[in-house]
Amino acid sequence: MAKLKGWQELPCGAIITDLKAVKENKTGSWRSMRPVWDKEKCRQCLLCWVYCPDSSIIVKEGKVVGIDYDYCKGCGICAESCPAKAIAMEKERK
Amino acid sequence: MILAKTGNEALAYAMKQINPDVVAAYPITPSTEIVQIFSTYVSDGEVDSEFVAVESEHSAMAACIGAAAAGCRVMTATASQGLALMHEMLFIAAGLRLPIVMSVASRSLSSPLNIHGDHSDSLASRDSGWLQFFCETVQEGYDTLIQAVKIAEKAYLPALVAIDGFILSHCQERIETLTDSEVRDFLGPFKPNYNLLDWHNPILVGPATLQDYYFEFKRGEIEGMNRAIEAIEAAQEEFGKRFGRWYQVIEEYRCDDAEAVLVLMGSACGTCRVAVDRLREKGMKVGMVKLRVFRPLVHSILKNCLRRFKSIGVLDRVDAVNSYGGPLFTEITSVLYDLPERPNVFSYVYGLGGREFTPEDAAGVLEAVLGGKKEELVTYIGVR
Repeated sequence: MAKLKGWQELPCGAIITDLKAVKENKTGSWRSMRPVWDKEKCRQCLLCWVYCPDSSIIVKEGKVVGIDYDYCKGCGICAESCPAKAIAMEKERK
Repeated sequence: MILAKTGNEALAYAMKQINPDVVAAYPITPSTEIVQIFSTYVSDGEVDSEFVAVESEHSAMAACIGAAAAGCRVMTATASQGLALMHEMLFIAAGLRLPIVMSVASRSLSSPLNIHGDHSDSLASRDSGWLQFFCETVQEGYDTLIQAVKIAEKAYLPALVAIDGFILSHCQERIETLTDSEVRDFLGPFKPNYNLLDWHNPILVGPATLQDYYFEFKRGEIEGMNRAIEAIEAAQEEFGKRFGRWYQVIEEYRCDDAEAVLVLMGSACGTCRVAVDRLREKGMKVGMVKLRVFRPLVHSILKNCLRRFKSIGVLDRVDAVNSYGGPLFTEITSVLYDLPERPNVFSYVYGLGGREFTPEDAAGVLEAVLGGKKEELVTYIGVR
């Protein structure tokens, strides 16, 4: 295990600049509700992408293509923000 | 310019001159006017600030934190229950080292309901990691709010500037203001510690740290507070040199040959000055020590100042229910504990819920302290 840093070596305000560690921590495992995106209903307004606090709306070439379940915590903000009701929240299956 | 202003008007005016990037606030008595007057400056186009009217004080501080993390100079104002509702967010602002500056028209906490001045709200926030300043006059409130911005931004810690509710917030005083450019030159541009919106250098703000790192980050925050005195003294010095009004973290009033002194914070210092003068006329060796900066607590300055007196009366405008004396009293006695010879120190609680504290009350306390005898641990002044 890597040697832990002392308090004088840490950044002021507990910010994290090395985002590699953040990627490794797959917070999607916390989810109890899962957003399910309906490609047919989606109008590609990208509001879900704007509102998602965990950058879990996958956008390619300016279009929503899916949801990143590795990091999505299931907060449901995307579903709330969607004017086309293209995202439904479903109970997470074990 | 010489103006007649209430405490609220003076602090709102200082905020206008500071011209912060963002003000997020929810009004509450007795600081309501600060936000109200400031919102008028916003609608009249006299400031460049983004004013965020939120749905609660908890949200006010949350919005302040977000804006400060995005590299903005941020201010707000609240009091009493509003400050209590912010409580959770106060610790986050300090832990993230965000120099948010907040004025508080200090007052009591419910229940029973009371809107008047004491230090219950500010002192309940004591351990949140905020710098805390207590002002004696409206002039001092105006000057301290401006200084606090500079201090907070140097120390990377949030700052609370308290004026006593109603006693200062609603009483008009003659104050000497600075010009807008004097204020802005004194402060200079804000250089944030980090900027969440800098997408060329992405960062994570507010991470989860567990048993392995939380303690180290807290240790760093504590060190920030320990060292904040340097930023305070530098700002006081520069303010004095530029504008001719000099402030100290503690001020001694007629203490030179004093045997007994009162130690206190806030507007009642003015009351005590009158009492000291009256007793001095009678030849009694009494004085007053005003504590202007409560956090950081200036241990060594207090120890060096207070060690020479025979008797000290510590006046708290708040009670820390069933503590061994008022909160300022326990700080002062702790500071003096390791001296080989200690002064007698007595605890007094006064003025809760805006109860009047007169020069006669202060003189009575001074005479008792000079007499050096006290039966009870805490004396509640004027309680029937």
